[in-house]
Amino acid sequence: MRPIMKKIEEGFFKALMLACTAAVFVCLALILGTIIVKGAGSVNLDMLTKTPRGGYYLGKGGGVLNAIVGSFMLSIAATAAALAMSLPLVLYINVYSKHSRLASFVRMSLDILWGVPSIVYGAFGFTVMMLFGMKTSLLGGIAVVSILILPIMARGMDAVVALVPDELLDASYSLGATRFETAFKVVVRQALPGMVSAALIAFGRGIGDAASVIFTAGFSDRIPASLFEPAATLPLAIFYQLGTPFPEVQNRAYASAFILTLLILSVSITARILTYKFKKT
Amino acid sequence: MSERPHLQIKNLSVSYGSTAALRNITVDIPDKRITAIIGPSGCGKSTLLRAMNRLLENGDGISIRGTVLVDNEDIYSPGNDVTRIRKKMGLLSQKPYPLPMSIFDNVAYGPWIHGMRNKKDLEDTVHRYLTIAGLWDEVKDRLHEPASRLSMGQQQRLCLARGLAVEPEIILADEPTSSLDPKSSQKIEAEFKKLKDRYTIIIVTHILRQARRLADYVVFIYLGELVEHGPARDVLENPRHEMTREYIQGVIS
Repeated sequence: MRPIMKKIEEGFFKALMLACTAAVFVCLALILGTIIVKGAGSVNLDMLTKTPRGGYYLGKGGGVLNAIVGSFMLSIAATAAALAMSLPLVLYINVYSKHSRLASFVRMSLDILWGVPSIVYGAFGFTVMMLFGMKTSLLGGIAVVSILILPIMARGMDAVVALVPDELLDASYSLGATRFETAFKVVVRQALPGMVSAALIAFGRGIGDAASVIFTAGFSDRIPASLFEPAATLPLAIFYQLGTPFPEVQNRAYASAFILTLLILSVSITARILTYKFKKT
Repeated sequence: MSERPHLQIKNLSVSYGSTAALRNITVDIPDKRITAIIGPSGCGKSTLLRAMNRLLENGDGISIRGTVLVDNEDIYSPGNDVTRIRKKMGLLSQKPYPLPMSIFDNVAYGPWIHGMRNKKDLEDTVHRYLTIAGLWDEVKDRLHEPASRLSMGQQQRLCLARGLAVEPEIILADEPTSSLDPKSSQKIEAEFKKLKDRYTIIIVTHILRQARRLADYVVFIYLGELVEHGPARDVLENPRHEMTREYIQGVIS
């Protein structure tokens, strides 16, 4: 190839890479921009502190506190449940049963589960709940969302735990440590920041999903008083508000999206600060 | 030596799948000496070392036959408590792998998992073994910093202290200086010379000069077979075997 061609080739691919990188920021900026422009004006204290009054969806007073609290309870509980399943699973396939066929089979299964659309989880959860005679409830929503985000969290954690070098495990074993001690005292500690990221990504996916909760957690204008009452969630609140023909209610949908975004951001920042503090000690 | 040595290997064969890594190795490792396992890369030196500590396990395509006797007990006999066996042997790997915790906790980790809970005892242990490993003076003011902030050479001495803290009888070292600068290597070698009065040390090395400097006893392995073993002077100065001579003269490597 002539030097001039090499130069063009180099320039072309560099421009392509920059363009693709820029596309990410443009998408993010457009979405955030839309939410802020359309929604920020509608955010007020009432939205954050009040549940919907009668006629809220027609433009009358109230707020989305029911959905904020519902989303928060549901996603925190679902993330905790998914964590309780991911941690043993990930440690099993990376410490106890490393390089085994079982481990690769588990990974493949998780990858398939990851690809299942959330409406399918919702419908599946609904069927199971019908079987037990359960009505839409916070508990049902937590169960389904935890299964929805399990593959995301488990594969995310798996990716970082798999990077813990074998030699570090050997170092622990050679001191006479058991696999359990090695898994919890060495592997988890080493991989902790990545594991927190995985949990946060899963949390974000869980709090942002509408299709899995529509049949399972249901919707309610009240804050659920127990696990067995239906719970509102922000994505569904956005959906219902956007579905009205009234511009001021539609703007509240954008305001709700703005609140949801801030919620995810604050949880993410808090978790990272906590991890950083833990790492330092 | 009238007693039987701590570590005896009898008819040990190891294969990965269908590839034989070690064939029928039989050797007694002399107590309280430095034994160097020498030979070209990829000839089974590390496999032999790891087999002694049961870091190679049957399964996952690895098959192990033969016996490794530690204090006259076959470490591969089923039902043996593997953690108790490993506790008898400290391991130093090619690169230092400090545990993801503080300098103090790295040394205290072993004693802690074996039941030492008293703070004073742990402090004494950490002090004692960091001193033996020649690291105490360098780290005494920053014991609670992460071990990863130490230099490579310091990390390797920390790993030595960590291994010694569980009071092993044997130290297994797999090319322990290969990732270190010359000064740090020298320190590790000096530690080994001091430690051999109390410990049985086995060091894998492909650096012949290191074997000359350190070893009392030499085991030469070539392509998975034990070619020759004996007192260092005999093997290194007057090898009986043609292959050993060629390796030592640098004809094969």
